[in-house]
Amino acid sequence: MRLLDIFRLRSPRPKGSSAIAKERLQILVAHDRTERNRPSYLPKLQRELLEVIRKYADVDVSAVSVNYEQEDSREVLELNIVLPEIIAAVNKRV
Amino acid sequence: MARIIVITSGKGGVGKTTTSASLAMGLAQRGNRTAVVDFDVGLRNLDLIMGCERRVVYDFVNVINDEANLNQALIRDRRCDDLYVLPASQTRDKEALTKEGVGKVLEELAQTFEYIVCDSPAGIEHGATMAMYYADDAVVVTNPEVSSVRDSDRMLGILASKSRRAETNAEPIHEYLLLTRYSPERVARGEMLGVEDVQEILSLDLLGVIPESKSVLNASNSGVPVLLDPESEAGQAYSDMVARYLGEQLPHRFLEARKRGFFSRLFRE
Ligand SMILES: Nc1ncnc2c1ncn2[C@@H]1O[C@H](COP(=O)(O)OP(=O)(O)OP(=O)(O)O)[C@@H](O)[C@H]1O
Ligand SMILES: [Mg+2]
Repeated sequence: MRLLDIFRLRSPRPKGSSAIAKERLQILVAHDRTERNRPSYLPKLQRELLEVIRKYADVDVSAVSVNYEQEDSREVLELNIVLPEIIAAVNKRV
Repeated sequence: MARIIVITSGKGGVGKTTTSASLAMGLAQRGNRTAVVDFDVGLRNLDLIMGCERRVVYDFVNVINDEANLNQALIRDRRCDDLYVLPASQTRDKEALTKEGVGKVLEELAQTFEYIVCDSPAGIEHGATMAMYYADDAVVVTNPEVSSVRDSDRMLGILASKSRRAETNAEPIHEYLLLTRYSPERVARGEMLGVEDVQEILSLDLLGVIPESKSVLNASNSGVPVLLDPESEAGQAYSDMVARYLGEQLPHRFLEARKRGFFSRLFRE
């Protein structure tokens, strides 16, 4: 086997798993970092919003989602509230 | 002013204690009064790696609780007069290290030592946050492997937000990357993340690359920091690391796969 390997050395090396590891890490670490930079009040905001909405409509826990994004010079807080019976979602940008 | 250095990682078993022992020994050998402190409450190990386990009388928690004074708990290294070890407690009470208690002991150490090396436990819980809280510098020990790199990045987030320097808006902790258990052969075969890959992801000041080496186990078996083994590549890489930490500019060694001879390549199984 080894004798043959020597001749194979000239052909391009197959990409090892380290390339995949690097790619996955880059995505993961970028995700972790945006997660870290979110304001810490987001979960509380989401809980309290849900409480308020529940006074008026019978919504599910998953009905409210709060999304935070940081762009170059501005921060966008996106609230997505799905009301029952109504198929349409209310999309508000604050 | 003493410099407080935390050796941290997030992930367990990556080489923090090995690194703490060698960094402390290297600093002390160069004439700096150095104390190395084991923060791994309940899993005391540094004393074993330093070879002073039979001389432990009092520990870190005893000093915090005023059951012993610092001089009674510190163990002077038999090989180097400028090196002292403060062992961890074997108590199972993980909360035994309080922020005030740790602060008090470090402050007292800072009066007589130039460098205080803090060997952090694994994880990102109480023990690890206590070890890094007062740090001026952090050595983030990382293996070239996905979970270790990810945990190192999470630790960077904690260093930047939960340390005393962060809380008081002081100059941030200086963070260094130390890549350990590096195997150039496996990197060359594309099986292991290379030093550039890890650097690209974490973008930290590279303090050193420590090769995977059998001599590390030998050293820990005999209770001698591997830096004292001049034959060992890991030991030499640790010496370079200490010199770099002290400001010397040294090229990184042991990054290239060793060339195999024609015959060893032919006959490898
Ligand atoms: N460069 C190396 N080459 C070979 N083995 C190593 C190397 N560095 C560390 N090791 C081995 O890895 C194991 C873990 O090392 P060490 O105890 O220093 O890690 P740690 O990060 O302190 O672990 P813990 O998180 O449990 O405190 C030990 O068996 C040690 O001998
Ligand atoms: Mg350890």
